Amino acid sequence: MTGAEMIVHSLKKEKVRALFGFPGGAVIDIFDVLYKSDIPFYLTRHEQGAIHAADGFARASGEVGVCIATSGPGATNLVTGLATAHMDSIPVVALTGQVHTHLIGNDAFQEADMVGISRPITKHNYLVKNVDELPEILKSAFYIAKTGRPGPVLVDIPKDIQQISTSMPYPDSVDIRSYKPTLKGHTPQIEKVAYAIEKSQRPVIFAGGGVIASGASQELRELAHKIQAPVTTSLMGLGTFDETEPLALKMLGMHGTEYANYAIQEADLLIAVGVRFDDRVTGKVSKFAPKAKIIHIDIDPTTIRKNVEVFLPIVGDVKHVLTELNTIAKPADSKKWIDQIRDWKQKHPLVYTKDSSSIMPQYVVEQIADLTRENAIITTEVGQNQMWAAQFFNYVKPRTMLTSGGLGTMGYGFPAAIGAQVSHPEATVIDIAGDGSIQMNIQELATAVLYRLPVKIVILNNQSLGMVRQWQAIFYDRRFSGTCLRRDAACPPDCDRSGDYCPKLYIPNFVKVAEAYGAAGFYGDKPEQVRPLLEKALKTPGPVIVEFRIDEDENVYPMVPAGAPINEMIRGMA
Amino acid sequence: MRHIINLEVENHSGVLARIAGLFSARGFNIESVSIGKADPDETAHITLVVRGDDWVIEQVNKQLNKLIDIIRVTDVTKAKNNFVGRELILVKVNCSPSKRIDVSQIVNIFGAKVVDISKSSMTLEVTGSESKVNAFLEIMQSFGIKDIARTGTIAMLRDFNG
Ligand SMILES: Cc1ncc(C[n+]2csc(CCOP(=O)(O)OP(=O)(O)O)c2C)c(N)n1
Repeated sequence: MTGAEMIVHSLKKEKVRALFGFPGGAVIDIFDVLYKSDIPFYLTRHEQGAIHAADGFARASGEVGVCIATSGPGATNLVTGLATAHMDSIPVVALTGQVHTHLIGNDAFQEADMVGISRPITKHNYLVKNVDELPEILKSAFYIAKTGRPGPVLVDIPKDIQQISTSMPYPDSVDIRSYKPTLKGHTPQIEKVAYAIEKSQRPVIFAGGGVIASGASQELRELAHKIQAPVTTSLMGLGTFDETEPLALKMLGMHGTEYANYAIQEADLLIAVGVRFDDRVTGKVSKFAPKAKIIHIDIDPTTIRKNVEVFLPIVGDVKHVLTELNTIAKPADSKKWIDQIRDWKQKHPLVYTKDSSSIMPQYVVEQIADLTRENAIITTEVGQNQMWAAQFFNYVKPRTMLTSGGLGTMGYGFPAAIGAQVSHPEATVIDIAGDGSIQMNIQELATAVLYRLPVKIVILNNQSLGMVRQWQAIFYDRRFSGTCLRRDAACPPDCDRSGDYCPKLYIPNFVKVAEAYGAAGFYGDKPEQVRPLLEKALKTPGPVIVEFRIDEDENVYPMVPAGAPINEMIRGMA
Repeated sequence: MRHIINLEVENHSGVLARIAGLFSARGFNIESVSIGKADPDETAHITLVVRGDDWVIEQVNKQLNKLIDIIRVTDVTKAKNNFVGRELILVKVNCSPSKRIDVSQIVNIFGAKVVDISKSSMTLEVTGSESKVNAFLEIMQSFGIKDIARTGTIAMLRDFNG
């Protein structure tokens, strides 16, 4: 088998259902083998689209997402996608072509040191120098990507390696002596956790993406019910716990619910499961959960005590640990606490202005939730759109909210939606987008249309880079520098929106863009249009863009200023 | 505190870059690195000397363990005196022929060696613990040091007797 044949053989052996990518000279041999294979290949319009699609496929399905790009510029176009997957622990295998082995290091045409470039943004990477190592490396790449704390693995394959034959077989399994993730938690430690729970009066469970990676939503639910503790999630944890349940606190942190943040600050026991205590969650770390003993369960020992002091750490796979904990856990003494939580939820719900004459983005998200009966896969772009999507949709199942949490990658949502749709052809997949972010990978409309992937894009168009503008409005005295998307050559450098000159022209016309690509496009700027247009979009076959014009001054609340304790929130107005 | 960390690593290309990248990305300080190939099993042996408080050292240990190519991480400093640490240095000192006897005496006391002599200098080799090597260098300062090359510390755990 040639190296190229081995690569395609490996995709088959790993039961890869979709390959996303873009060709070039250094991978032409692999494409030549794909030509005759039955691996479904999706030609994107940009390598960034390919890797986000692979990532979205992985998040929606739990399988490894796979993408391919050529050497040099093709490979460097994967960088943002690798970093995105790395920050959110998503299993992705990226295959890149490389120049001939004898040219490596010579600044050859389309040579880039991909192993060097991708080292800090992958879980692991390989440069294949000998075709006989290729089968084992490919097997290891898939194994490393999906086990332990998942993550992206890049395999850089020189062109000559693709052409040379090897007699080495593709292994059924690999044993990497230096890589042995700890799965089972330490039993005496788990017993201590059970004891701490029983003694606690104000327990809170804080669940993150690790619960999704480990497939432990069921175990999480069982624990919450058994011990009677409310559950809050990070952005990455949305969907791990049914948000329509009375015990659900929804998301915590910078744009979390007031009641989640109050619960954290008053808790006497915080059971953190598959989380890494990002600064968007903790706010000022020294004031985070000040009354709580923290229990931290995670498969990655480096996350433990990295950001917060931990009372009881447990290193292990969340599902293993929760299963064991559930067999011995007893209820906490939390009756009064649950009453308090109910009270907070009633008094401090998420709010927004209901009688506005312009379309409220929160209303749009609520209508999407209502029309899909919360049974859709939502992806988001980054910014205000992302936070409104996180706040105003009740996620009830894992793998239904796909968003770039750690890196915050604008342009992620649409290609990720394409990947999710490929993995779930029957599902309703909706990208909740900002008008800034959507333009970062809008070229993938071609991919969606041609492969008949009926992704719906809902653009909340505030004609600005809203989230940055929000910070400027609140913390920078309305110095709207570089955030207005109507800004033109005649605008003064210092626009705070009080001057006389303000261009009316907004481009692009998203409806026309959609039509240019052969998709459907709808536009609305009045509240009463929201529901009918969404209904129409959902009924329209194929990809659709629905653009809603929203007020540029609408901000995301509550908001914890960066570096403040999380119970010191700026509130919105009802 | 100063920690000596021994690593057993796969002898793959790029391992050192992974370690160096980890330290620079996370802002850890490396004082010295020494590397050698260790048979059998195609592994290599690396000794790092790292400074940091308990939090930093805990993270350093965990982050190193997380690198796929690292087989074993041992913080030998934590083994409470139960390790041997050695460094080899070469030092070239100013030395006119009349001073050679003086230098040689010190060399003898430290169990060091003279490895080269010229009209105006002597090159000396000394091996030992960090404190011995530093003491030697301090004394040599009075002659005037022209150049120093150091290997960085290497270390090994002691076995218990009985
Ligand atoms: C690739 C990238 N560039 C810049 C940023 C910084 N950033 C964060 S949110 C944001 C504004 C996003 O604007 P838009 O997509 O219109 O969303 P909105 O906040 O208006 O909903 C920007 C520029 C980013 N997150 N990603």
